Amino acid sequence: MADAASRLIGKAVRRTEDLRFITGRGQFTDDLARRHMLHAAIVRANVAHARIKSVDTQAARSAPGVVAVYAGADLAADKIGGLPCGWAVKNQDGSPQSEPPHAALQAERVRYVGDQVAVVVAETVEQARAAAELVDVNYEELPAVIDGRAALDKGATAIHEQTPGNLCFDWGLGDAAAVDKAFRGAAHVVKLDLRNNRLIANAMEPRCCIGDYDASTGENTLITASQNPHVIRLLLGAFVFGLPEHKLRVIAPDVGGGFGSKIYPYPEDVIVLWAARKLGRPVKWTASRSEAFLSDAQGRDHHTHVELALDKDANFLALKVQTVANLGAYLSTFAPAVPTYLYGTLLAGTYKTPAIFCNVKGVFTNTAPVDAYRGAGRPEATFVVERIVDQAARQLKMDPAELRRRNFIPVGAFPYQTPVLLNYDTGNYHATLDKGLKLADYAGFPGRRAEANKRGKLRGIGLSTYIEACGIAPSNVAGALGARAGLFEAATIRVNPTGSVTVLTGSHSHGQGHETTFAQVVADLLGIPMENVEIVHGDTGKIPFGMGTYGSRSLAVGGTAIVNATQKVIDKGRRIAAHLLEASVEDIEFAAGRYVVRGTDRAKAFGEIAFAAYVPHNYPLDTVEPGLEETAFYDPKNFTFPSGCHVCEVEVDPDTGVVEIVRFSAADDFGNVVNPMIVEGQVHGGLVQGIGQALLENCVYDETGQLLTGSYTDYAMPRADDVPSFQVVTECTPCTHNVLGVKGCGEAGAIGAPPAVINAVLDALTPLGVTDIPMPATPHTVWSAIAAARTRRTA
Amino acid sequence: MTTAVEFQLNGRAVHVDVQPETLLVEALRTNLGLTGTHVGCDTSQCGACVVHVDGRSVKSCTMLAVQAAGTTVTTIEGLGSATALHPMQAAFREYHALQCGFCTPGMIMSAVELLQRNPNPTEGEVRAGLDGNICRCTGYHNIVAAVLGCAKSMRGRAATEKAHG
Repeated sequence: MADAASRLIGKAVRRTEDLRFITGRGQFTDDLARRHMLHAAIVRANVAHARIKSVDTQAARSAPGVVAVYAGADLAADKIGGLPCGWAVKNQDGSPQSEPPHAALQAERVRYVGDQVAVVVAETVEQARAAAELVDVNYEELPAVIDGRAALDKGATAIHEQTPGNLCFDWGLGDAAAVDKAFRGAAHVVKLDLRNNRLIANAMEPRCCIGDYDASTGENTLITASQNPHVIRLLLGAFVFGLPEHKLRVIAPDVGGGFGSKIYPYPEDVIVLWAARKLGRPVKWTASRSEAFLSDAQGRDHHTHVELALDKDANFLALKVQTVANLGAYLSTFAPAVPTYLYGTLLAGTYKTPAIFCNVKGVFTNTAPVDAYRGAGRPEATFVVERIVDQAARQLKMDPAELRRRNFIPVGAFPYQTPVLLNYDTGNYHATLDKGLKLADYAGFPGRRAEANKRGKLRGIGLSTYIEACGIAPSNVAGALGARAGLFEAATIRVNPTGSVTVLTGSHSHGQGHETTFAQVVADLLGIPMENVEIVHGDTGKIPFGMGTYGSRSLAVGGTAIVNATQKVIDKGRRIAAHLLEASVEDIEFAAGRYVVRGTDRAKAFGEIAFAAYVPHNYPLDTVEPGLEETAFYDPKNFTFPSGCHVCEVEVDPDTGVVEIVRFSAADDFGNVVNPMIVEGQVHGGLVQGIGQALLENCVYDETGQLLTGSYTDYAMPRADDVPSFQVVTECTPCTHNVLGVKGCGEAGAIGAPPAVINAVLDALTPLGVTDIPMPATPHTVWSAIAAARTRRTA
Repeated sequence: MTTAVEFQLNGRAVHVDVQPETLLVEALRTNLGLTGTHVGCDTSQCGACVVHVDGRSVKSCTMLAVQAAGTTVTTIEGLGSATALHPMQAAFREYHALQCGFCTPGMIMSAVELLQRNPNPTEGEVRAGLDGNICRCTGYHNIVAAVLGCAKSMRGRAATEKAHG
């Protein structure tokens, strides 16, 4: 698609949306107000596990400005439904997963610190928050279980009555018998126990929502910081409130980052709309950052045992993975999918490992719900694969690059069926590896290491040759695997009478730059200036039913819907042009914004066709409808498979344990690229989230379930002076099954970076006898590992 | 009980009646309707609320509105406009230094003051200087590039003005 004729596709066009953000004119949910609007404050559990003995709201009700106080019993009395789970997996024995309910306000029992217990609605936010302090909840505390593995212990307290033993699902994928057979014949077996640390997404805009209800029309409005307003409308309308969808409008205006955490309907979305319906006034709730730490869906939190079998020539024979995935206290919307079909299916990585088996136990604990966070399952899988491959290289005393090269799926093997469901359409892993190594000057590393040694620093280099699956997916395949929603995308191209174009997309931009990228595509296809194309998203009252933005799907799925709808517009325009030019439709060519009679200079500009469609005086009214507006729904034929090679180079100070990333190089294959500037920005951001996981970030609960990392003073967010600048290049093997040939780039950095960083740190520390390092590799962790290795050596 | 506070805001005199405990950021957003200044945390760590008070960058969540009495306050709305961008605003766009745009106003206000203090910073000085502003989208790479690029163009402009002055 990005051919020589493209004026805009492939160009680093500056972003259309920037102007409002750099001048302070963005309109985030908390920037919005409605007439007579009230404010809500949530009363949250301050203990991790307890029975609610009583909720005394008397003092709060009589506090200044308070309009209403509601508790869980009020919600239950109004028959407001629980938050539904959008994906259900099956156990290995074929039985369904356990699916305990999740009420928006708890009436009988709280299950994590931050659980919603009551809501105070007042005239001002200060009054609401002050009165929330007066709500007296009397708890009978129960034992809490925090660690995922401990939740499976015999005698562990049951968090849900319907889930004795806390096991939500015991899921398996792959051929266990083939794996066992391969291990019996293996020349080498490599083993690791890995922890994928729990993270908090921390989009910079805290969650916020406004509920509104007009009794005269029966219309409900929810303005909410969401990545997918139609998904929210579907779930809240159909399952929670029982409202007809045409009476529920969900608006997600400017949204300040999501990274997965804003996919889901949250209790507060339910609460503000329910309260607005009861009170007849709009109700707003804005999370404090402390509330975001406590109650936003969190990410990762796996404990994994992995074993890799190799033959005598270091060919991978089989991979065996056992994981305990901590799901938190309740099933968040897509929680069951993340550690199963978005994880186990990626364990082939970029390698031709013939036999793979994966078992995942999803467990409930007294912690915040866990769901998709940037990468969602794929970073966890990549960490397992890329760590065990490096461990094998270390054990077999091989160059990690050479071991990878030997086991890559070769270029000639595509399409390639992995042993774990996925069918990779295309890829060139040798090419990205070669590019990555060159960019990182891998060959020159020994010299740099020697030089660092002279300065008393330990230098290490680490690789990660990741793959991911984006653009989820054929709806029928996802449905067979447990998805309870379709995964298509929708777009409408509305050509206005004077030839400008309004694009209504089901994708949602919360930083990705859709207003620019999508406009580049449409303007290029129609041959019109980009300024004549406007992108509209985020309002169920305006856009066609769309599934929103997550899993790097916007351009691959949403973009394809836009292309298809644009193509329908072009085709209709051809019929109008044929009439105006008195030629046959077959003879009309469309290029560079003009319909031309083939082989002649007779032509009509796109704008003339648009005008004729809306002022159809000279028009083929008997065969062509007036107007020029087309909609397309696109259901992808397969996932897309971005891949790449990340190379991290670190220096460790052995006296302090401080790790400095001195160089980070990324060679990624995203297929075709529409806007390289935006793609590089996505890579940079993903890399820093991945580096954050590897070196800084860690969500920690104490043994009683209190969140210890509940603020930016305790949870180490990467800051500008924690990270380096990056070297980023792309390789291009176009996706074979979407018309743009694009794959998606939003998550690659967060997927590829963590193992590259840890492999580099381990490479630096290997000379000291350090064999493992957990994430995050903080100075204390690294220093302790060095000290322990020294003790072992001298013992 | 409210207190009357008067100060200069983006070039004009303003008068607000606030509670004694009202934070400057709340007065700006709620009383004065300037929602370009954001609240991203509750521990004065994220920097989304940075404004200039008498030319110094201040986290407006750490300052009471009454403390602004008699000062000159500049917010992102007063820095430049869509048709007359401040060079730092223009640099953020040129270098793709923003994605979701939520941290951007505070980041720009901090960056402007950083260059006022140090017109010729190194990359390390820019990174250290923006330590009080958290961005979750960009990975800082392009923010640092924008600040360095802006510094270079502003120095060039200053040199030209000096030569012609």
